[in-house]
Amino acid sequence: MRHGKYPLILTFLVPPLLLYLVFVVSPYLQAFQISTTDWLGYSAEADPVGLANFETLLHDGRVWNALKNNALLLAVVPVLTIGLGLFFATMLNMGGRKGRAGVAGVRGTAVYRMVYFFPQVLSVVIIALLWKEVYHPNSGLLNGTLRAVGLPAPTWLGDPRTAFWCVLAVMVWANVGFYVVLFGAAMSAIPRDIYEAVLLDGASRWTTLRRVTIPLLWDTVQVAWIYLAIAALDGFILIQQMTNGGPNFSSDVIGLRMYETAFGSESKFGYASAIGVVLFFLTLSVAVLALRAARRDRIEYS
Amino acid sequence: MNRRDILRRTAAAGLLATPAAGLLAGCATGGGGGDRDAETYKGTKSEQNPLGVKEDAPLEVVIFNGGFGEEYAKAHEAMYKEKYPKAEINHSSTQEINKTLQPRFVDGTPPDVVNNSGAGQIDFNGLVSQNAIADLGELLNAPSLDIPGKTVKETLLPGAVEVGSYDGKFLVLNYTYTAYGIWHSAKLFGDRGWQYAKTWDEHIALCRQIKAAGIAPWTYAGKHPRYMSWPLIATAVKLGGPSVAMAIDNLEPNAWKSDAMKTAADAWHQIVKDKFILDGSPGLDHVQSQTAWCQGKAAFISCGSWLESEQKKVTPEGFNMIIQPTPSLGSGDKLPYEAIRGTAGEPFMVPAKAKNLAGGLEYFRTMLSLKGAQDFTRKVSSLTIVAGSTDGVELPFGLSTVVKALDASGSNGFNWVYNNYYRKLERELVDAACGEFFSGRIGPAEFLDQCQRGADSIAQDSSIKKYKRTA
Repeated sequence: MRHGKYPLILTFLVPPLLLYLVFVVSPYLQAFQISTTDWLGYSAEADPVGLANFETLLHDGRVWNALKNNALLLAVVPVLTIGLGLFFATMLNMGGRKGRAGVAGVRGTAVYRMVYFFPQVLSVVIIALLWKEVYHPNSGLLNGTLRAVGLPAPTWLGDPRTAFWCVLAVMVWANVGFYVVLFGAAMSAIPRDIYEAVLLDGASRWTTLRRVTIPLLWDTVQVAWIYLAIAALDGFILIQQMTNGGPNFSSDVIGLRMYETAFGSESKFGYASAIGVVLFFLTLSVAVLALRAARRDRIEYS
Repeated sequence: MNRRDILRRTAAAGLLATPAAGLLAGCATGGGGGDRDAETYKGTKSEQNPLGVKEDAPLEVVIFNGGFGEEYAKAHEAMYKEKYPKAEINHSSTQEINKTLQPRFVDGTPPDVVNNSGAGQIDFNGLVSQNAIADLGELLNAPSLDIPGKTVKETLLPGAVEVGSYDGKFLVLNYTYTAYGIWHSAKLFGDRGWQYAKTWDEHIALCRQIKAAGIAPWTYAGKHPRYMSWPLIATAVKLGGPSVAMAIDNLEPNAWKSDAMKTAADAWHQIVKDKFILDGSPGLDHVQSQTAWCQGKAAFISCGSWLESEQKKVTPEGFNMIIQPTPSLGSGDKLPYEAIRGTAGEPFMVPAKAKNLAGGLEYFRTMLSLKGAQDFTRKVSSLTIVAGSTDGVELPFGLSTVVKALDASGSNGFNWVYNNYYRKLERELVDAACGEFFSGRIGPAEFLDQCQRGADSIAQDSSIKKYKRTA
């Protein structure tokens, strides 16, 4: 057996590694190189400019403005999404208690689970278009409802005070369903007898969630945290489709800034790569930090 | 982001990073293609073939598949093929010109003809400063294909060459002729007995009347508020003369804060102050606002002459849209009321490294023949820059008013090109300022300040090539 080991490992490892090197690592390295040039993207010529692009970046108010919005997304989206995801998953898996022994979800769990998962089936562009119409100031669903109950009808995506938060809400909406399913699956792996014991001890739902479910789900929550943190640093598609960063840059994000710099209103590929490089390190640090901050002892069921 | 992305990203376990950074770099492979230059196709020039087309050289045409579709181009290609039956034509169309063609420009193997248009347009400033576009001067001096005794240049409407010229070189063929004005429905105005106002004071009085009738006088594309910069700058140009626009194009200091611009901004502020704009307009995009206008919820909208074909599907029968110039501010105006902004649009170019460069120019000559232009107008209901090409062609109602408006404007017509020189200035900076101004969050002085700051930031950016025009 020993003789055959290395050829086998090599056959399985080398092709994916090669693909990874060619299609992932090399473009990244190239992005680093391009970020130190003034390449304008439509000729083969580019002059090296050292770190000048990064220096410009430091003083670029629009980039900082976009980063500020990403920071807000980072602070709010994971918390809201995980919070809602945990809440819904709990209700679906162990919310129903009325006059019943044992652990079961609320009535109609199967239907809810399907409904929550709907946004995941839609492409992000469709979600953006859908919500753009929901937020339509005159004929949108939201303002229609508000008017029907006699409340004022704001312009939502047309107002710098609300536009960003409107998109943020959609981001949460679009993500929650997936985490409901993810957490739900993790919950079903928790042995039922633990819950039965908790029930016998007379714990409330809230205590059960806080003291039992969350600690046992910690691994999953941690993974969710990282995914969502990365998603929060992106947010590009929704923003581009729904507000294109407006009004007056109030909903700009760093991904959109990079896109606009390279493909949109300018063709400064060198500068855009510099933004990409910054984004790369930001994402990397956020992921590492999230992993570190959430580290806890692993619990194994025996 | 969807779950597939999430999974893919974690699969790249070692490197947690967004895919966009890699995307940018992925295009940059390849490098120089200088050695391929030798392979360009050249034929012998003659009276029949003034541009020296090699008759069996293949021609590659890439069309932006937007509002005009691609059928018109196929017709032009057929005309080319009729003249050069041995030439093989490779036609393709896309909505993403920049992403599709960028690697080919870098590689030095671009197509022969590119219709560089749409939201995915390649920024012309970058293309010109990288010498990526061929000079079309030779085309202008070649004889017209079917208008006897005239060079191509002599068959074009005034202003058509200037718009595509950078530092005096004609690089970009803007094929359509577009008028920018204020639109209203003949039916709505006829039913209510309203008359389009020729002066600003009358316009405001009319707005008051319209509002009293329960209709919003104005609406605009709140998500693309630059649409409203057009009538505002037009008002200033009519007041102060074409030099107002030239100063803006040339990035002269305080060009945005000239007296004419101040007066115009003050005037337009009236429609914001008096709440003449349809509620919720700041939250509408161009389609939504134009649809609201077609539904009769608002009386006026600012747009170019593509409006009629863009709105074809939702315009009610007998709506009859009419384009009009912006109202005059008063008797002090340097240009008469009839003066309207007319300009060539829908850019076409031949890349400098195109293999069949002569074929590309010849293709343009085909487009600019009377037959080619008339066919285009018939197919897509738009005017071309070829003078007289609408004669004998039956036009839809709105377009016929465009022709009338352009005729009435005549030599008083004006234009500006800062949006071509510096795409970012109009698309991002002036756009944002207009959004603030027309939603009432800032006043006219702050509006002009914000525009000026945008223009200054372009002027100070040494990585952007600057252009000047003198006429």
